Amino acid sequence: MNIEIITGTGVSIYRQIVDEVSRQISRGDLPPGDDLPPIRTLAERLVVNPNTVARAYLELERAGLVIKRQGAGTYVAEGGRAKRKSDRMKQVTALTDQLLAEAEAMDLELNDVIGLVRMRARKAGRR
Amino acid sequence: MSDLLPTPSSAEAVISVMGLTCRYQRVNALDDVTLHIPKGSVFGLVGENGAGKTTLIRHLLGLQCPQAGKVRVFGMDPVAKSTSVLARLGYLSETRDLAPWMTVAEMIRFTGAFYPQWDFEYAEALRREFALDPTAKIATLSQGQLAKSALLAALAHRPELLVLDEPSSGLDPVVRRDILEAIIRTVAEEGRTVLFSSHLLDEIERVSDFVGFLHQGKLAITGAMDEVKAGYRVFRVRDLSDQTDRSNLLSVAQRGDEWEIVARCSSRESLVLNGAKVIADRAASLEDIFVGLASTG
Repeated sequence: MNIEIITGTGVSIYRQIVDEVSRQISRGDLPPGDDLPPIRTLAERLVVNPNTVARAYLELERAGLVIKRQGAGTYVAEGGRAKRKSDRMKQVTALTDQLLAEAEAMDLELNDVIGLVRMRARKAGRR
Repeated sequence: MSDLLPTPSSAEAVISVMGLTCRYQRVNALDDVTLHIPKGSVFGLVGENGAGKTTLIRHLLGLQCPQAGKVRVFGMDPVAKSTSVLARLGYLSETRDLAPWMTVAEMIRFTGAFYPQWDFEYAEALRREFALDPTAKIATLSQGQLAKSALLAALAHRPELLVLDEPSSGLDPVVRRDILEAIIRTVAEEGRTVLFSSHLLDEIERVSDFVGFLHQGKLAITGAMDEVKAGYRVFRVRDLSDQTDRSNLLSVAQRGDEWEIVARCSSRESLVLNGAKVIADRAASLEDIFVGLASTG
């Protein structure tokens, strides 16, 4: 599991871990049944406070994306990918907000932006 | 999410500082500082040089008597009970403070002699982990090796509380990472409480549960890391009127015909700016908050 932590931004480290693991589960990069690294191991690897990793895991557990094993260890829950279109939508929400803010700063209308998204999608070969 | 963090009340705080004030001649080195550090958490202390970080740490070690206010470490007065407090506390000073003529092995035996609960096996494990040559003289060590030796000396009696004054001052990024990893391991291992001061916001952000900004002797901003960060936003605005209520603005800087504002608010909607036009806004980084605070003079 590869996560890059970026400091010096407005996004908390806790949020970065939750978002990145969710994203990898949604994309299928982390398939059901796969183990997440132990809290300590991930904390040392990312050089972040273990309490932060523990809180991120707990939020993932509450969201039903991972399951904590009796005893030790945490693994990816079944159906994390298929059932969650809403969560997959959430993954692109932040990017969308960024796009809209940028467009507003450039004095572009919403319709221009929607047109642009359609145009780029056509170019990328998507309907 | 904050329900998982220990709340910084005085109940089971390892460090409690209440209304601490310290005046050097006319200058307030510390001005009514109150903070509580719960067991098992990491508190990052940020401030410019001269903001009062080292003065605060000196009080925690019992080296200075409060002129006003109260300091408690493990519930004890660190001045009156200095032996009991220091036995349970590990301290890494910014100047490292190791005898230059000793070898690493001598330094370990010498330091160990002061602590009944010194763990020689653990000291040896740390020495290997840090790749320190036992026959090397302290005077010949690099800055990185010196920092690692001093950290070993602060850790090998397995203290419940670790106080680190600028642990990575003067170190290159590789050694800094080693030191940070060692700190993270000790937190993970035994639920140790850590207070550390640094001017490197990257490491403060990575390692701390709680953060406190000291500015001119005052603990100007403090709280859980994520809550502090979520409590400020940076705005670019036009047409800022002189009549705008500025009580929630940490800093206001004019750039051409625009202003950059660091504001105490959690969302764009919650900031009222008397008709000024907001061009852009974003969540604040620790650096935005730090620089905003420093510019308030």
